[in-house]
Amino acid sequence: MDTKARQPKLGLREKYRLLTRDLGWDPTYQTRETLYPYAEYEGIKIHDWDKWEDPFRLTMDAYWKYQSEKDRKFYAILDAHAQNNGHLNITDARYLSAIKLFLQAISPGEYTSHQGFSRAGRELPGVGTQVACQMQALDELRHAQTQIHALSNYNRFYNGFHAFVQQRDRMWYNSVPRSFFDDAMTGGPFEFVVAIAFAFEYVLTNLLFVPFMSGAAYNGDMSTVTFGFSAQSDEARHMTLGLESIKFLLEQDPANVPIVQGWLDKWFWRGLRLLSLVGTMMDYMLPKRVMSWAEAWNIYGEENGSALFKDLARYGIRKPKGWEDASKGRDHISHQFMLGLYQWSFGTAFHGWIPTDEEFAWLSEKYPDTFDRYYRPRWNELRKLAAAGTPFKNYGLPMLCQTCQLPCLFTEPDDPTTLCHREVEYKGERYHFCSSHCQEIFDHEPEKYVQAWLPMNQLTQGTSGGGGLENWMKYVNLVDGQDNGDFEGSQDQRNFAQWKHNSVSNQA
Amino acid sequence: MAIIARKPYDFPPADSVEHYHGDQLIYMCWGHHLMFAAPFMTMASPKTSFGEFLKTALEPIIALDPDAAKVDWTKVEWTRRGKAFKPALDKSLQDNGIVHKEYLRFDTPGLNTVCG
Repeated sequence: MDTKARQPKLGLREKYRLLTRDLGWDPTYQTRETLYPYAEYEGIKIHDWDKWEDPFRLTMDAYWKYQSEKDRKFYAILDAHAQNNGHLNITDARYLSAIKLFLQAISPGEYTSHQGFSRAGRELPGVGTQVACQMQALDELRHAQTQIHALSNYNRFYNGFHAFVQQRDRMWYNSVPRSFFDDAMTGGPFEFVVAIAFAFEYVLTNLLFVPFMSGAAYNGDMSTVTFGFSAQSDEARHMTLGLESIKFLLEQDPANVPIVQGWLDKWFWRGLRLLSLVGTMMDYMLPKRVMSWAEAWNIYGEENGSALFKDLARYGIRKPKGWEDASKGRDHISHQFMLGLYQWSFGTAFHGWIPTDEEFAWLSEKYPDTFDRYYRPRWNELRKLAAAGTPFKNYGLPMLCQTCQLPCLFTEPDDPTTLCHREVEYKGERYHFCSSHCQEIFDHEPEKYVQAWLPMNQLTQGTSGGGGLENWMKYVNLVDGQDNGDFEGSQDQRNFAQWKHNSVSNQA
Repeated sequence: MAIIARKPYDFPPADSVEHYHGDQLIYMCWGHHLMFAAPFMTMASPKTSFGEFLKTALEPIIALDPDAAKVDWTKVEWTRRGKAFKPALDKSLQDNGIVHKEYLRFDTPGLNTVCG
């Protein structure tokens, strides 16, 4: 009997060709237009889908292998964390406010991205793009899952984690990320890819993931560090694919350039508004600080972003319109946001607090031009009121921006003493915005944003639990006196101190 | 500009006045009083007099500010749609031309304890 001749092992390039590009076909009994009804209406012109390059040349078989290996490591560490009471190794239970916010605001966004990339993979006609979108869809699903699993360890011990799914849809501050992803999902497939893969993943992800994961490491949160590491190599791939997608669109047809520029203007600003949550976390919520929002913006925004847009200038792309205003807001946004979160903390599923003296000193060092001048006096007043037993609780409902859905709490780019406000009339209705750029986004597609589900407006319409604060709390699954309010005197604070004490003493 | 869509795209606004059971929204911003992180969203019947509206809807929520008790509504400077505005305290919101989702800014020069 003859020995069977062994097939030569396939090279990476050949394997990639067979397992991705070779999977496509030309339809014969249906037209391409019927198969891909969303491919052209946005105005993007693609002449040759084969020019789309996947720099990773990853095929599905290799993808499963890598991901399952990462999952094995991830769940081993997570088990160890659970078995060794890893939750007691964090610097302070205050830190968990940042993590609660992450679980409520960001993890559901990972799931939405999963849905969006599944859809983009179906609707974009190029086979290389379809495979890449499929992988990214799976990545995003895995990220949502690993984050939920990692943080479920904290849910066993601390308040505010239990209702992130309902709160994603109902809680006022979570309508910010929710509307961001809903906006992307309801765009066409090209806009979705530019919005998420490029504007969010490429331009802004560093500002989200680097501070969050190093913040977790600095504060002893092994479980968040672990999902961060597990997601990191995926993020690197998403960023590269985001950049490749943008270059592909720009190279395919000059008519694509102004469309893409419009999307960059829009999604940079929407992303930046969303990241103001992250800036606040960095400057106020980490007991042990990594770097300030201003420093992160300088490195990841100014330096890296400027280099990127210099690189894209050859295609006729300029920096997003909101860039300059973003820089002007650098030294203000986190303070303005945290002052808001503190006074509305009766309505948040995490705790707020007044910074300590040591933290005041840090803030004043990191923000020499703004903190002492504008924000310290307000915190001092809040301290005075809290010490007098009359803490400042602002029961007035805040006005929300029609586009980003944040309370209109940021000031004019050139005047930090005046709240920024823009308004327009459209078809007889008045609409209000937190900034010129949010207004521009509305002006471009008013038909879309007039439908915005603004939580405060819904509350006054009586659709969120039937009216009144108590009904609203039930509606958003907020347990009054446990999940919300000042960290000082909270159950989280008491339990953490007690358990830490028990872990090093003989007291039961 | 108009949205680009594959089919006719026309949906009703989510916040038009008929959703508010006879009331209307009024946004209020106290100039240079940034202890309040954002402008307020208030609600009242269009038939309420402006003075009554200030007393029942606004005064309770601004009471937290050390300047609140000293505000003299007859001397406040109002701005509406970027222009100076002189509402009559005894006239209704409607008769003052304050429509649903109107944004009014009021300034109290010389009165600024915390953010001055």
